[in-house]
Amino acid sequence: MLKRLVTSREAILLGAIVVLLGLIATRFPAFVAPANLANVFNDTSPLILLALGQMVVILTKCIDLSVAANLALSGMVVSMLNVVAPGVPVPVILVVAVGLGTLMGMFNGLLVWKVSIPPIVVTLGTMTIYRGIIFLISNGKWVNSHEMSPAFKAFPRAAFLGLPVLSWIAIFAVIAFFVLMTRTTLGRAFYAVGGHPHAAVYAGINVGRTQFWAYTLSGALAGLTGYLWVSRYAVAYVDIAGGFELTVVAACVIGGISIAGGLGSVGGALLGALFLGVVSNALPVINVSPFWQLAISGGAIIIAVAFNAQANRTKGRVILKSAEHAA
Amino acid sequence: MIYQTHAEAEDVSPPTPILALDGITKTFPGVKALSDVSLSLYPGQVTALVGENGAGKSTVVKILTGIYQPTEGRILVDGTETRFPTAQDAADAGITAIHQETVLFDELSVAENIFLGHAPRNRFGLIDWAAMARMSREILDGIGAEIDPGAKLRDLGIANKHLVAIARALSIDARVVIMDEPTAALSHKEIQELYELVEQLKGQGKAILFISHKFDEIFRIADNYTVFRDGQFVGEGKIADVTNDALVKLMVGREVANIFPARPPGRGDVVLEVENYNHPTEFADIGFCLRSGEILGFYGLVGAGRSEAMQALFGITRASGGTIRIDGQEVTIRATADAANNGIVYVPEDRGKQGAIIAMPIFQNITLPSLSRTSHNGFIRLAEEFKLARDFTERLDLRAASLDTKVESLSGGNQQKVVIAKWLATMPKIIILDEPTKGIDIGSKAAVHEFMAELAAEGLAIIMVSSEIPEVLGMSDRIIVMREGRIVAEVAHDDMTPETLVRHAAGIT
Repeated sequence: MLKRLVTSREAILLGAIVVLLGLIATRFPAFVAPANLANVFNDTSPLILLALGQMVVILTKCIDLSVAANLALSGMVVSMLNVVAPGVPVPVILVVAVGLGTLMGMFNGLLVWKVSIPPIVVTLGTMTIYRGIIFLISNGKWVNSHEMSPAFKAFPRAAFLGLPVLSWIAIFAVIAFFVLMTRTTLGRAFYAVGGHPHAAVYAGINVGRTQFWAYTLSGALAGLTGYLWVSRYAVAYVDIAGGFELTVVAACVIGGISIAGGLGSVGGALLGALFLGVVSNALPVINVSPFWQLAISGGAIIIAVAFNAQANRTKGRVILKSAEHAA
Repeated sequence: MIYQTHAEAEDVSPPTPILALDGITKTFPGVKALSDVSLSLYPGQVTALVGENGAGKSTVVKILTGIYQPTEGRILVDGTETRFPTAQDAADAGITAIHQETVLFDELSVAENIFLGHAPRNRFGLIDWAAMARMSREILDGIGAEIDPGAKLRDLGIANKHLVAIARALSIDARVVIMDEPTAALSHKEIQELYELVEQLKGQGKAILFISHKFDEIFRIADNYTVFRDGQFVGEGKIADVTNDALVKLMVGREVANIFPARPPGRGDVVLEVENYNHPTEFADIGFCLRSGEILGFYGLVGAGRSEAMQALFGITRASGGTIRIDGQEVTIRATADAANNGIVYVPEDRGKQGAIIAMPIFQNITLPSLSRTSHNGFIRLAEEFKLARDFTERLDLRAASLDTKVESLSGGNQQKVVIAKWLATMPKIIILDEPTKGIDIGSKAAVHEFMAELAAEGLAIIMVSSEIPEVLGMSDRIIVMREGRIVAEVAHDDMTPETLVRHAAGIT
């Protein structure tokens, strides 16, 4: 019953995206050309990657506000590494970025797990710390396109079977996370911890450690996205992706991931990110002012949350009815 | 009206009660919490409300304080029928309650806590802090509490917090003071001080409703008693006219209404031995043994430390010392995973809170503690997982559209089955059931009892923590009674009577 409701919520979101594309197509048919849609997907890939990590964190009743700062710091470090040692091959760069992001995620996770600081406080703090470190190591200077090696910049754009590597990474991550969330004990633990921490303890699950792993995953994805971001835009500076953490949380919320934890899916996170991606790519095309773009994104979040609240209300009625039947 | 009052004044019968309940019935959907109960509180007298767990005492307190509305019946204040639509109305009528768990505000000062909601005002309509501090001081002095009115509440110990709650009750200029197990958190000395306070309140002509499980204090301070049993009024009278035994009889004396499955006594090998098991604050010196095929009942009043001891055995909390042997082998239990690996499972009392993850499908709930068996290198084998879940749902006769159904859409009885299936799926040797039938309907209760008997027949060792006397008597091979964190008696099968249990649990000598 509720499963149908959840899947239908994802179906509604998919429908909303299709309708949106249809509306745009009536004025700009070129927008829905396969090549452009591929572009939109590629453009949304960083958001998809971060939303996957954020989804896991939110599922465990936490939140990761440090993802954008983590991304920026990882991106800055690999950019500077590239400037200092242009010969370092891309695989090493990837390892450094992911490793660094992972460490930052672990740091968040440890503070939540071992020090029991509320997640929003931890990541609000580390968000500022990570940004501050970028300033310290870069002295506020930019790393510009001409300072980066061609190989460094080429990686995310390299075409493979018609799609850029960046898109392929997002696709691969979606599949990997789908398997993780539906087929592994760790994935199950994420749901259990968020759905009901007390019960999870009784079932032998370590709640804090599970949350630690959620942050670690989120951090790893942020680190990976950090390299992809700076190489794609061919620039690194203190404020890159400033405020992007809120877009990431918004994508999750629109995708039906319950901020209360325990409820959500990879498909939801993907669709939530795509919805925002389509909106942000389409609105400039149809000449909507940037101000309205923000308002529309905000409106989408409110509508999505209202949907969730509505779904919860229906849930309440269902419980009562079955209770009556049982009595 | 006037001559009636006059006539009453000449009468030798007791004075008009300040507060009386007459024929009160309170029903909740599917449950009758109170059925036609009466209660009278007289000025300058202490009335003890006596009854087992679940007798309806708390419901009465909530009706008296305007939190619940009676379904039927009358509330009389000074003989005049009245209603308390809100808690404020009850407070306005001079009724105040000191609750079991004190409901106060940690971050506010003592004075603010005392006067919250009715703080003295100055002529500008603002809070008169000086007056508030002075009046708090007076009230606290009046009850002999050496507490600074300016101190933050959270810096106070439990006993002092209790005194603040009492001071708050007095600040309302109450005529009726309800004390719901006021001594539960107090030390011996503090209890003596409370007795003096109660005497003082009596002297001021206040009516006191005193709810307690402890017979010694009831006989020490109460003037009258009223006994409830299963939500019904069973008797009242003067404490001076009643004996311990008579009161116990009134409290428990009932037909055993439920029919329990007949089963041979468990006489298997000893599977669990617990010796000298301790916790710094919750229990001490727990020792018992458990045989396979046996159902061992743990009886006691709420808060006797039964669940706490069981939770330590299951690794939820850490015991500070003691020995646990399973099949003769000494084991260490530090986490729930240790207990599970040793074949111990615990089905908690509050299933909503600790049992099922209601947003998860049935099968995922059932396999959650057994995932290590249905997975390989962290990857779940769905076919095995479904098989495990199906085996146990079929065994428990759990009816649902599909194993994919979320637990939240199941009835209470079926949710209970999911939780039991979850723990059975771990293939335990020892299963601890904490209040296994609390809050479920009679049909489901019988099914759970039947099932417990089956499990015991299959050789599982069962510990059943229960506060329901019929259940404990009907299901157990032996009963261990706990009081105040210690085992006070082990009752063999032939000695099991309601009276023995209550006497041990309440500490009546």
